[in-house]
Amino acid sequence: MRVSLNWLKDFVDITLSPLELAEKLTLAGLAVEGIESPGEDITKVVTGQILKIERHPNADRLLICEISFGENVPLKIVTGAPNVQEGQIVPVALEGAALAGGLVIKRAKLRGVESRGMLCSGQELGLNAKSLPPEQAHGVMILPADTPPGLDIKPLLGLDDTILELELTPNRGDCLSMLGAAREVAAILKLPLKYIPPEVEESLPPCADRVKVDIEEPQLCRRYVARLMTGVKVGPSPLWMQKRLRAVGVRPISNVVDVTNYVMMEFGQPLHVFDYDTLLEGRIVVRRAAEKEILVSLDGVNRELTPDMLIIADAKNPVAIAGVMGGLETEVTDRTANVLLESAYFNPASIRRTSKMLGLRSDASQRFEGGIDLAGCRRSADRAVQLLQQISGVQVLEGAVDNYPSPAEPKMICLRPERTNFLLGTEITGEEIADILTRLQFDVKDSGSELIVGVPSWRGDVSMETDLIEEAARLHGYNQIPGTLPNARTTLGKRTPNQLFRENVKDILASCGLNEAITYSFFSPETADFYRLPPENALRRTVNMQNPLSEEQSVMRTWITPGLVEALKRNYNRQIRSGAVFELGSVFVPASRLPEEKTMLAAAAMGESAGGWNRKVMPLDYYFLKGVLETLFQQVGLTGFFFEAEYSNPSFHPGRTAKVFAGEQELGVLGELHPEVLERLDLPIRVVAFELDLDRVAKLSAAVRKYQPLPRFPSMERDIAVLAPRDVPAESIREAIGRSGGHTLTSVSLFDVYEGGQIQAGYRSLAFSLKFQADDRTLTDEEVAKCMDSVSAELDRKYGARLRTE
Amino acid sequence: MKEKLQKIAAEAVNLLSSSQDLEEIEKIRVRFLGRKGELTQVLRGMGALDEKDRPRIGQLANEIRARIEEELTGRTALVKEKTIRSRLLEEALDISLPGTAPAHGRIHPITRVRRQMEDIFLGLGFEIAEGPEIELDYYNFEALNFPKDHPARDMQDTFFIGEEFLLRTHTSPVQVRTMERTAPALPVKIISPGKVYRRDDDATHSPMFQQVEGLLIDTRITFGDLKGILDLFVKEMFGTATLTRFRASFFPFTEPSAEVDISCVMCGGCGCRVCSQTGWLEILGCGSVHPRVLEMSGYNPEEVTGFAFGMGVERVAMLKYGIDDIRLFYDNDLRFLNQF
Repeated sequence: MRVSLNWLKDFVDITLSPLELAEKLTLAGLAVEGIESPGEDITKVVTGQILKIERHPNADRLLICEISFGENVPLKIVTGAPNVQEGQIVPVALEGAALAGGLVIKRAKLRGVESRGMLCSGQELGLNAKSLPPEQAHGVMILPADTPPGLDIKPLLGLDDTILELELTPNRGDCLSMLGAAREVAAILKLPLKYIPPEVEESLPPCADRVKVDIEEPQLCRRYVARLMTGVKVGPSPLWMQKRLRAVGVRPISNVVDVTNYVMMEFGQPLHVFDYDTLLEGRIVVRRAAEKEILVSLDGVNRELTPDMLIIADAKNPVAIAGVMGGLETEVTDRTANVLLESAYFNPASIRRTSKMLGLRSDASQRFEGGIDLAGCRRSADRAVQLLQQISGVQVLEGAVDNYPSPAEPKMICLRPERTNFLLGTEITGEEIADILTRLQFDVKDSGSELIVGVPSWRGDVSMETDLIEEAARLHGYNQIPGTLPNARTTLGKRTPNQLFRENVKDILASCGLNEAITYSFFSPETADFYRLPPENALRRTVNMQNPLSEEQSVMRTWITPGLVEALKRNYNRQIRSGAVFELGSVFVPASRLPEEKTMLAAAAMGESAGGWNRKVMPLDYYFLKGVLETLFQQVGLTGFFFEAEYSNPSFHPGRTAKVFAGEQELGVLGELHPEVLERLDLPIRVVAFELDLDRVAKLSAAVRKYQPLPRFPSMERDIAVLAPRDVPAESIREAIGRSGGHTLTSVSLFDVYEGGQIQAGYRSLAFSLKFQADDRTLTDEEVAKCMDSVSAELDRKYGARLRTE
Repeated sequence: MKEKLQKIAAEAVNLLSSSQDLEEIEKIRVRFLGRKGELTQVLRGMGALDEKDRPRIGQLANEIRARIEEELTGRTALVKEKTIRSRLLEEALDISLPGTAPAHGRIHPITRVRRQMEDIFLGLGFEIAEGPEIELDYYNFEALNFPKDHPARDMQDTFFIGEEFLLRTHTSPVQVRTMERTAPALPVKIISPGKVYRRDDDATHSPMFQQVEGLLIDTRITFGDLKGILDLFVKEMFGTATLTRFRASFFPFTEPSAEVDISCVMCGGCGCRVCSQTGWLEILGCGSVHPRVLEMSGYNPEEVTGFAFGMGVERVAMLKYGIDDIRLFYDNDLRFLNQF
């Protein structure tokens, strides 16, 4: 909310600088987000009257105006503005004047004619274009005809004002007005609040004779005040009112509308005006809309209403959506003579629902939502009538119709100073607490050990002792409360085994050369199509967002890989064509109640590892990620894992993909993305990925490790090359060697694969290194030779594989 | 005999002095001192000598043997030193060539900062609690004292999942779930890190971001304790010279509520572009747990009190690393990730 410092000074004598005031308000909970002084730069701009307008002899678009400043000699000023007329009062920048943005005005010749200054637009004076009619924002600003010439423009247009931009928290709806802000300022600065109740001159018979107000929904409308005025002449409002409205960001429209806005900004009470003569039987009925009832609202839109909405009706038809928007038919226009003014209290939640439903949020609805001062409805109505009387000379009917079915009782709360200090960790005296609350206009009675506190009608946010304790704390000053360390039980702060496991996994993968990525938890519903998932595929069953930011971010991810691949693609398009990333995070599976959230570990890689002057590059391919997985499993102590060829995963290359198992449990998938997936993703590079169910991996990993005694006797190593048909998996041969090599064979590792050359077609040569060792003796050559023979026999028997000798 | 011996000596010394490597030296040793070496041969011929000449010649032979051995040793040492010197010279590397880097990946900056934050609170005896990212309205709002149709709900623009569920807008639901599970036991002393979601997307807001929230409930916890703990945290995180400032604020689930500012990490509080010339940076929200929240979670607010706080991990990371666009964290540009 914008607060005009000049307006605020109607209520409090502020002598602090705007910066000091802003700091104090901010610390007390009314955050000042900005300080604006729109007229700061402006000097030497005065009002002038246009005496005569002549055409410029050398330019079609320019006019020469003779301007009078009262007593001084008139000056000739050239202008290009089309909206000037003789007799108008306009702002004139004199020679040497400075305008908004630092523009300095000098004497100048415009196409041969000397100009002794400049006629100013609203924008050139630093006024917000939105708070002015368009022709005045960009053309010359036209001032009311009764403005005397020769006056300094700054006080006249509020250019001597300072605006504080308040960012109010939702509990402080009571501060959404100058009076509301002034109450806080007065309390904080320990200054008196100046407030004079409005006085109205009533010259006509009682309002109640001509207006009837029925509230059918007292829950939704707790109070409705109506006042009636006649002899209304709709016209512009005076400059002083316009400048204040502009200062707080409201565009002046006409005296009647401006008055309602002025009072809303001053007291926080939204008002509405009806053309009384358009109201059937002069009646106001506050009720729910009937099903399918229609109202043409002020903006000309046909609104279909529902019984959820509270409306104002006359004897028959809806005339306004309560607190949200008025109707077109009862609008106050140039022809209006009699005005009915509404000052009411509508239920905050109801207004909030209705304005949300209709997509109509306004200054008024915002204030009703925050809860306005129930006790202030009448005062605000009187203030509006008083102002209208002042600026347009309306006659006022006596009194008001004030329908207030069950007046609110003042809330009383007990406050224990002892508890206040216990909660805050302070030693504030009861007197200080009482003083703070009194400054905030609470009604405080001391009953010995506790304070009996009456809550002001506008403080809807205060309903219990804690609320008062907060008031005491924030005006005492949070920064006066000493910081301490808790006097609490000692506890062991530690990560759970699962938390430790997850962080450990991240560190292991990073140590394998992968970068940790974090991608969004949502993706596009089209992802499933890109990844060739058939209709019944489980990954297609998604949890969907109701109000996503975009279609591309509208479903919760069912797997992580697509997000990582997307990240690699972004990198690829930025010419980073190699890389490996992993992510550990949740995926979401629809369930009968809350969706199931599974922790997955995924990785994706493309391109090759960085080579160097002394080493070759290594492709970041299937074998790279497989190596990463093997390292991970070894590091976390997961044994018995194996990879099984997977030909049918629709997203992966059928010849380059494996399912990952540990014992009976399937852990996930590892493979190269299907070429068609890459094509659909428009990614012209091979990408490999894995995705594992990390909770399963965690369960199967050994939390406890056991030491194996170191061997005491030397080992013997033998290398063999096995010539085997190409389609026999290397792992099968390795296993066959392991099984047939006897119990002294402690490890079998493959170290070379070779085909082509002298190797016959359809075969390849696999070279293994075998290590024999016994824990009770040194093996003899003969023993090992025997084992090698049985290996050879088994390989021949099982695969027709022969040992290859050089 | 004497001449013969002296000739052997002269030849051996001469040969040795021109020998260049160990092999050659060994050959010389064998030639003269070996079992069939020249000196050995001569000595074997001693038997044919005169009895009276024997001691003299014997002594001479021994002297010559010693001399040759000495020459051998000296020459060996010399040649060895020469060899090693030339080897070292030959083997010199260009030490300015780049080293062979082992494969190394990076931990995401958000994870790094989150861990650091966690570690500070673990050290203070807090445990880490977790909960679902898709939540019930009850846990995300209602049990935290956000009534239905209340403007306070506008503070956190929410993604809804169907009619019933939503993406949690903060990790506070974990606090409620933990209190429900723990009540009436004491203390509750947790932090709840995790992903949260709000309908926002610009340079300072991401639709998904991470929070670390904290909760401490016991019989004698004060607002002053909250100040003390957070001051400790801030100094640990941003340096001991960092100042904190508490401003009154509003959150439905705490009262009194506060926003905490730290003295600007860029300018030290003098005022700069990052802190909009104020010298302060907003870093976290906090307060004493609202009695209604305690009550709904199964505690008697007359008997126990507590505090809660929460902050965005991205915000802290941005300040720590000088990052100006939150979206960089989720873009995963490898040139970005490789910097941490």
